[in-house]
Amino acid sequence: MSGQYASLLHALMPEASLVLGALLVLGFDLFSGRRNSASARLGASVVIGLLAIAAAAYHACDAGVGGDAFKGVLVLDSLGLMTRLGALGLAALTLAMAPGVVRLRHPAEYVAVVLFATSGFTLMAVAQQLLVAFLAIELASLSLYILAGFDKRRPESAEAGLKYFLVGGISAAFLLFGFSLVYGLTGSIEFGEIARQLQVTQGNTLLVVALVMVLAAFGFKAAAAPFHLWAPDVYQGAPASSAALIASASKLAGFTIFVRLFWAGFGPAAGGTGQPALPGWIPAMVIVAVVSLLLGNIAALAQTSVRRILAYSAIAHAGALLLGVLVAGRFGPASLYFYASTYGLATVGAFGVIAVVERAGRCDDLGDLAGLYRRSPLLALCLLVFVLSLAGIPPLAGFFGKFFVFSQALKLSGLAGTAGWIALLAIAMSAVALYYYMLILKQAVVADPKPDAASPIAVPTPAAAVLILTATLLVLLGVFPSLVLQLIH
Amino acid sequence: MNALPWTIYLSFAGAALALVAGARSAANARWVALLTALAGGVVALVAARDFTPGPGLQTIVNLPWISELGIRYHLAADGISLTMVVLTGLAATAGILFSWNIEERAGEFFALYLALIGGVYGVFLSADAFVLFVFYEIAIVPKYFLIAIWGSKNREYAAMKLVLYSFAGSAVMLGGLLWAYGAAGGRSFALNDLAAAAVNFSRGDQIGMFALVFFGFAVLAGMFPFHTWAPTGHAAAPTAASMLLAGVVMKLGAYGCLRVAMPLFPVGLAFWQPAIAWLAIAGIVYAGLVALVQDDFKFVIGYSSVSHMGFVLLGLAAANSQAVAGAVLQMYSHGIIAGLLFAVVGRMVYERTHTRRLVDLRAMPLHRLLPFAALTFVIAGLASMGMPGFSGFPAELTILIGTWKTSPLWALFAASGILVAAAFTLRAIQVSFFGTTDKSVPATTTTDHHHFEPITWAEKAGTVLLVAATVYIGLKPDALLNWITPALNSPLFQAALKGGTP
Repeated sequence: MSGQYASLLHALMPEASLVLGALLVLGFDLFSGRRNSASARLGASVVIGLLAIAAAAYHACDAGVGGDAFKGVLVLDSLGLMTRLGALGLAALTLAMAPGVVRLRHPAEYVAVVLFATSGFTLMAVAQQLLVAFLAIELASLSLYILAGFDKRRPESAEAGLKYFLVGGISAAFLLFGFSLVYGLTGSIEFGEIARQLQVTQGNTLLVVALVMVLAAFGFKAAAAPFHLWAPDVYQGAPASSAALIASASKLAGFTIFVRLFWAGFGPAAGGTGQPALPGWIPAMVIVAVVSLLLGNIAALAQTSVRRILAYSAIAHAGALLLGVLVAGRFGPASLYFYASTYGLATVGAFGVIAVVERAGRCDDLGDLAGLYRRSPLLALCLLVFVLSLAGIPPLAGFFGKFFVFSQALKLSGLAGTAGWIALLAIAMSAVALYYYMLILKQAVVADPKPDAASPIAVPTPAAAVLILTATLLVLLGVFPSLVLQLIH
Repeated sequence: MNALPWTIYLSFAGAALALVAGARSAANARWVALLTALAGGVVALVAARDFTPGPGLQTIVNLPWISELGIRYHLAADGISLTMVVLTGLAATAGILFSWNIEERAGEFFALYLALIGGVYGVFLSADAFVLFVFYEIAIVPKYFLIAIWGSKNREYAAMKLVLYSFAGSAVMLGGLLWAYGAAGGRSFALNDLAAAAVNFSRGDQIGMFALVFFGFAVLAGMFPFHTWAPTGHAAAPTAASMLLAGVVMKLGAYGCLRVAMPLFPVGLAFWQPAIAWLAIAGIVYAGLVALVQDDFKFVIGYSSVSHMGFVLLGLAAANSQAVAGAVLQMYSHGIIAGLLFAVVGRMVYERTHTRRLVDLRAMPLHRLLPFAALTFVIAGLASMGMPGFSGFPAELTILIGTWKTSPLWALFAASGILVAAAFTLRAIQVSFFGTTDKSVPATTTTDHHHFEPITWAEKAGTVLLVAATVYIGLKPDALLNWITPALNSPLFQAALKGGTP
C-alpha cells in the first residue's frame, strides 16, 4: 500500500510544488512584505511563483507517461503531460507579465491564488475519476472566481467576480448532479469502468439527462453558447491578467478533461446524428457547437469594447474546440490540444497588450487602441500577431490549429456526417470573424492616436519579454506545428 | 530553375529589412525594396533562361513539413508558373518605382508590399495545396493595410471590403480543398495525389468540390458577380498597390482556378463549364459598359480590369489547350498593362492634379502639361484595347480562337466585349488627356495647373520597363507560348481539357 502512495506522490508532485510555492509566496510576503513597496512585493512573489511553476514542470516531466497511476484514479499519458506543461506555461506567462503592469493591493495573495488555480489545471489534466475531476475543476474554478474579482478598486471587477461565481456555482451543481446520476447508473466513478458499464446499459433516458447536465456544466466552464452569458462581463470586468488566465490555461485544462470524460468515460453513449439519430451526447454537443459558432461570431460584430470582442471570439472558438472534441474520438486529441494551447497563447498575448495599454490610460473601447503603432510599435506588432493568430491567418499557429481540426472533421465522413458540415460552417464563419479582428487592428495599426491619448507607452521589461516570447512562439508553432504534434499520441 | 524559391525568401527577407531600414529614413527603405524586387526579378529571369519547357511540374524543393498530415513543402514550376513568376518580378519592380514618393511610414509600406510579393511568388511555385493556401493567405492581409493606411478617399471601407471578399473566397476554397482531402483519405495535400484520388470521387462530390474551389478562387480573379471589391479596392489603393492588385493579385485567383480546380476535378469542370463561360462573358460586357460611364478615372481602369480578367476566365472555361494558353498569356499581358494604366492614373496624374474626376481632368490641357503621361497612357490604352504589336493582341486573339472551337456563340459575345473595351479606352484617353479647355471655366484655374512637378526618373524607368515587357511579348508571343503550351500537355491538364469539352 505504501508503494501506491509513493506512486501517488510521484504523480502529484507538480501539484504539490505549486501548493508549496503558493504557501512560500504567502509566507515570504508575511515576513518581508511590510517593509517593501507593492511593486517589490509583486516582483518577489512572481519570482517565487515562477520558480514553483518551473519545479512543477520538472516534476510533470519526471512523472512521465507511465499510464494509469494510483489504481487508475489518475492517468499519466502524453495528453496529460502536454496539458500540464501547456497550462503551466500559460500560467507562467500570465504571471511573468504582471510586474510593472498589474497594480494590486495584495500582490502576494494574487500570485498565490494563481498558483492554486494552476494546481487545479494540472490536476484536471490527469484526472480519470469523477471525484478527482470534480475536485480539480472546483479548485480551479474557485480560484478563478477570486481572481476575477481581485481588483477591489473597480466595481466592474467585483461584478465580474460575482457573476462568474454565481454562474459557475450553478454549473458546479449541474456537474455534480450529472456525475451522481452517472454513478447511480453505472455504479462506478472511474472513467474506464463507467465506459464498460455503459456498453451494457444502452438507451436510458436517465443517462441522457445525466449527459446533458454534464455537457451543460462544461458549456458554462468553456463559455459555449447558450451557456456563455457570464463571459463578456467577466472578460470586461476582471483584471487583464486574470482574464488572460481564465481564457487560456483554464480553457486548455478544461477541454482536456472534457475530451477524456466524454470519450474515455461516456464513449459508448456517444450516440450520433445519423439517420436515425441515436440518443447520446454527440447530438447535444453538435447543437452547442453550432450555436456557439453562430452566436459568438455574429454577436462579436456588434461590440465596441476590445475585451467584449475577445469574449465573443472566445465563444466562437469554443464552438470550434467542441468540433475538436467531436473528432478526437476517432483521431485522438492532438488537434484539440494544438488548437486550445495556441488559442491560449494568442489570448494571453492579447490580454497582455491590453494590460500594458491600460496602465497608460484606458483600454476598453476600440478607440482606446487608436494609434498604438505610434505610441508603442512593439505593442502594435505583437497585437498584430496575436489577433491574426486568433483570426487564423497563416503562418501563425492559430491558423494551423483551425486547419487541423477542420481537416479531421472533414476526414471523419466528408459531408455525409454532421462534423463535416460544422467544419464548413466554421470555415465560413472565420470570414465573418476576420471583420471584427480587423476592426481591432484598424485602430491599432491604421488609425492615428487620439489627441488626449497620444503619449508613448513604456512597456515594462518583463511584459515586453513575455509578449515577444508569446509572439515568437505563435510564429514558430505556426511554421513548425510538428514540434508539438509529435509529442502527442 | 533551382534558384526560383529564392524569389520567395528574398522577398520576405527584404520585407523585414525594409521595416528596419524604414526606421532610419524613407530613402533607405525604398532602396532596400527596389533592390529586393530587382533581385527577385533577376532570379526569375535567370531561371527563365535555363528553363526547358516540358509537360508537368518540375520539382524544385520537396521536403517533409508536417508529416502528421502528410503535408510536404513542395515547390515546383512549369511554363505557366514561370510566366507568372516573371510577371510578378516585373510588376513588383515597377510598383516600387512608382511608389518612390511614399514618405509616410515608408518602412512599413515597403515591408507589407514585399510580404505581399513573397506570398504571390509562393503561390505560383506551390505544388502542394496546403503550401499554396498558406502563401495565398499571406498575400491577403497586407492588402488591407496597404489600402487602409496609404490609400485615398474611402480607403477604410474599400480595404475592408476587399479583404473580406478575398478572405471569404479563400475560406470557401479551403472548404472545398479539405473536403477533397478528407474524401481522398487524408494522406496528402500534393496536387498530384489529390488529382489521382479525385478520379474515384462520385460525380456529385466532384461537382461540389469544383464549385467551392473554383468559385472561391474566382472571387479573387474578379469574376462577375463577385467582382465589386475590385474597382472599389483598386480606386482607393495607393498606386503601387493598385498596380499589384490588378497586375498580380487578381492573377492569383485565376491561377488557382487553373492550377487547382480544373486539373483536380475535371468532371466538375465539365458540369460548371457553361455557367463559368456565361459569367465570364457577363463580366466582360457588363464591366466594360460600366467603365464607359464612370466619372472617376481610376474606376474606369478598375472596371476595365474586371472586363479583361473576364477574358482569362472565358479562356479557362473554354477548356481547350489553345484557349487556356491564351488565358495564361492574357494574365501576363493584363498584369503588365493594368500596371501601366494604374501608374499613369494614380501616380503621374492624380498625385499632380489631385483629382481623378474626368470632368476636372477634361478642363486641363493635360497632353501639353504632362506629355510623357499622355504618351504613356496612349500606349497603354492601345495595348489594353488589343492593338497588334502589344501583348494584349495575341492574348485575346488566342482566347477567342480557342473559345470559338468550344462554342462560337461564346466567342461572338466575347468579341463584342472587345468593341466595348475600345470604346471605354478611347473615351478615357480623349476625355482625360485631350479634353479641350472649357471656355466657361475662368482662365485662372487652368493656369494654376502649369506647376506640375516634372515626371521623375523613377516613373520613367518604370514606364520603360512595363512598355518593353508588353511590346516584347506583343511582337514575340511565342516566347511565352513556348513555355505555356508544353505545360498544358501534362496528363493532369489534359484530363481537364479533354473532360471539359462538351
